[in-house]
Amino acid sequence: MSDTDKFDEHHNGEGDEPTRRDFIYIATAAAAAVGGGAFAWPLVSQMSAAGDTRAAGSIEIDLSKVSEGQQLKVLWRGKPVFVRYRTQKEIDEADAVDIETLRDPETDDARFVANPEGKINKHLLVMVGVCTHFGCIPVGEAGDFDGWYCPCHGSHYDTSGRIRKGPAPTNMVIPKYAYISDTVIKVG
Amino acid sequence: MSGPSTYEPKYAAERWLDKRLPIVRMSVDFMGFPSPRNLNYWYAFGGILTLCLMAQIITGIILAMHYTPHVDLAFDSVQRIRRDVPFGWLLQPMHAVGASMFFLAVYIHMFRGMFYGSYKNPRELLWIIGCLIYLAMMATGFLGYTLPWGQMSFWGATVITGFFGAIPVVGESLQQWLLGGYSVGNPTLQRFFSLHYLLPFVIAALVGLHIWAVHHVGQNNPIGIEPKSKSDTLPFHPFYTMKDAFAIAVFLMIFALFVFYLPDALGHADNYQRADPMKTPPHIVPEWYFLPFYAILRAVPDKLLGIILMFAAIAVLFILPWLDTSKVRSMRFRPVTKWFFIIFLVMGFILGWCGARSPDDIAIPIGDGGMTFKWLSRIATLYYFAYFFPILPVMGWIEKTKPLPESITKAVLSGDA
Amino acid sequence: MLKTQKTKMAKTFAAVAIISTSLFAGGISAQAAGGSTEKPAVQEWGFKGPFGTYDRPAMQRGYQVYKESCSSCHALEHLSFRHLGDKGGPFYDANFPNPNDNPVIKAFAKDWEVSDIDQDSGDPIDRPGIPADGFPDIFPNAIAAAASNGGAVPPDLSLIVPARTGGADYVYALLTGYDEVPHDFHLSEGMNYNTYFEGNQLAMARPLFDDAVEYADGTKATTEQMARDVVEFLSWAGDPKMEVRKKVGFATFLFLFIFALLLFMTYKEVWRNVDH
Repeated sequence: MSDTDKFDEHHNGEGDEPTRRDFIYIATAAAAAVGGGAFAWPLVSQMSAAGDTRAAGSIEIDLSKVSEGQQLKVLWRGKPVFVRYRTQKEIDEADAVDIETLRDPETDDARFVANPEGKINKHLLVMVGVCTHFGCIPVGEAGDFDGWYCPCHGSHYDTSGRIRKGPAPTNMVIPKYAYISDTVIKVG
Repeated sequence: MSGPSTYEPKYAAERWLDKRLPIVRMSVDFMGFPSPRNLNYWYAFGGILTLCLMAQIITGIILAMHYTPHVDLAFDSVQRIRRDVPFGWLLQPMHAVGASMFFLAVYIHMFRGMFYGSYKNPRELLWIIGCLIYLAMMATGFLGYTLPWGQMSFWGATVITGFFGAIPVVGESLQQWLLGGYSVGNPTLQRFFSLHYLLPFVIAALVGLHIWAVHHVGQNNPIGIEPKSKSDTLPFHPFYTMKDAFAIAVFLMIFALFVFYLPDALGHADNYQRADPMKTPPHIVPEWYFLPFYAILRAVPDKLLGIILMFAAIAVLFILPWLDTSKVRSMRFRPVTKWFFIIFLVMGFILGWCGARSPDDIAIPIGDGGMTFKWLSRIATLYYFAYFFPILPVMGWIEKTKPLPESITKAVLSGDA
Repeated sequence: MLKTQKTKMAKTFAAVAIISTSLFAGGISAQAAGGSTEKPAVQEWGFKGPFGTYDRPAMQRGYQVYKESCSSCHALEHLSFRHLGDKGGPFYDANFPNPNDNPVIKAFAKDWEVSDIDQDSGDPIDRPGIPADGFPDIFPNAIAAAASNGGAVPPDLSLIVPARTGGADYVYALLTGYDEVPHDFHLSEGMNYNTYFEGNQLAMARPLFDDAVEYADGTKATTEQMARDVVEFLSWAGDPKMEVRKKVGFATFLFLFIFALLLFMTYKEVWRNVDH
């Protein structure tokens, strides 16, 4: 027991000069912390998206398949992407809105990505078809603003997919996409 | 062994907590548990095994997040883990190699217990709980090996579940009940997955009892005499926590060697082939940790007798405390029995060797022929059982043991411990 | 008096026990007749050893050999095209950390026809592959595979190296092990003689011949060279994470060594004043 007492005395002694013993203890504890952290990292990050999931995260959509006044629904990352071929009337409606009055102010032009020639095609609206309220899928050509209407809690979107009425906080999301030819886009 | 509590709360918050939930007091008393001062590195395997169990449970829970228990998808899902899941290439081999490391450690732990007589009065129940843990580990290991659904998984499961079919009268219905069908198939895989997930928690509970029991009766030690005075013991923390921690770090190096550099060394190439019920691999072998029992099974020409003998080889461990009649615990003071034990150890290795080879191949060449593995395994099997009976009981009666030291402290100071 | 008697008894008992067990050593049988299957020679591979890595140009040539000489019968079940462009893969390009964007990978994928469902009609169709696609199955199922290959299902090649005892050495030996049929050997119809195959009768005909492919890098396409290259590729396909595993393994060992040393010093400090 006397051996233990010696150990305890030393260990609990306050205000000691840093000794060899203290250094060893601190270095060992630090190494244990580093090792534990390094080991914890794989255990945590294994839950992030795997290679096959990530690879399926980008798709190509042929825009030429959709004709005027129609909407194409494509599954992307487990959610529908709407490709809406808007009529001139719908474009005019979207342009006519005073953006100051919007909950999530955004011009119609800002919701398009330029094609290889640097122009935007305002006929083809590409957007994630998920209501920004609680994630339901809005119904097309419905609601008070000729755009989309979410049946879950009554959010109304206009022809640009911007929130106009109801509980949703923001406009429907425009995914990251790019034109890889005149008619084909790559989403994600 | 546990004396009065030595914990004294220093701060108000500590006192507040101690009055309501004395969890700190319990932990302090638990870690300060008086341990014999002469424990050697063989005693570190308890701590190593705790680590193994924790590692298997953690990596296992993670693998279950990515694994699919279905005959059409299981094999592919394991490959997906190894190829596409972030760090899956690390976690999957850790779990597979971890099983081997767990058994390596448990065998050392058991042989240590046998050498120092740790199963003797008053530690019989401690030993029996340990045997139950070993049994549960074997079941878990077997069930887990089925899950990757490779050729060895499938045929191993087919052979082992076939044992139950050999039981007279009820065998066939028992086997069908076990498999959920006429042969190993999807219902089997799904229940094996479920049970493989369950059993580790049963093991954890048994480990709790095992540790409780060791805290109640105290640890045995290399000279096998009980601590008599305070100077015979040291508090578990920091003395043995630090010794165990060092041993664990060394053990982890062996673990890491296999995980990173020899991940397939303990497995079998056939398990990289998808299970095929129409094609049996040329040599069905179990995982290395079952090989000695597999050799005992094959040593007997009769199917049922072989199975009975194999289970008897495990069952005999449970009655070991009553087979060893010697009053002296440690083999250090048993000059003759010590050699019987060493031969027992060698026979264990020989059985493992026999289990890995074809029974009719030549093990020991003599002239043009030689002794086959079948006969070698028969000799080893005979010795395996002979060690438990009659060697141990008879040696207990007739052996003249060496004089025991007066106390642990005396032995330590004279350099005998 | 009693003491000596006891020792004597113990010794006699020990002797009897040992002799009686060794008496069972009677089971001696004649050596079984050996087969003529040869053991594959051990080759030098750059990916062996604790610091071994795959040879990238060899893997690239190996992919070509696979595509041109193996892929009509053997699938790569566990590989997707994108895997070829993963870090550590044969066609990894640091400019394209996402292999889906790698033009080389895209071009490879386009070379393959992949089964899909037409999004408008729901009919099964074939379309050019994209990097995210898996290498396509060659046969619709195992029965079809066996039926068109004389009863033997061509094994999946993505795991062929780990799935064979002897690994890379065995696969190399097999590919270069086609030989004249010995006079006293009876070869079944439709089978081929191979020195290294168990039983020497192999359903697969010799797949590699000199100059069967033309390497873009000017390497001479001998049978041995092609076999080496395709084995390099298939070794990677069987264990694509080997390089990163060895790297992390080295770091782990470095850490464990230092950690063990520190723990040993801590242990010695804690025990400094205790005799043991």
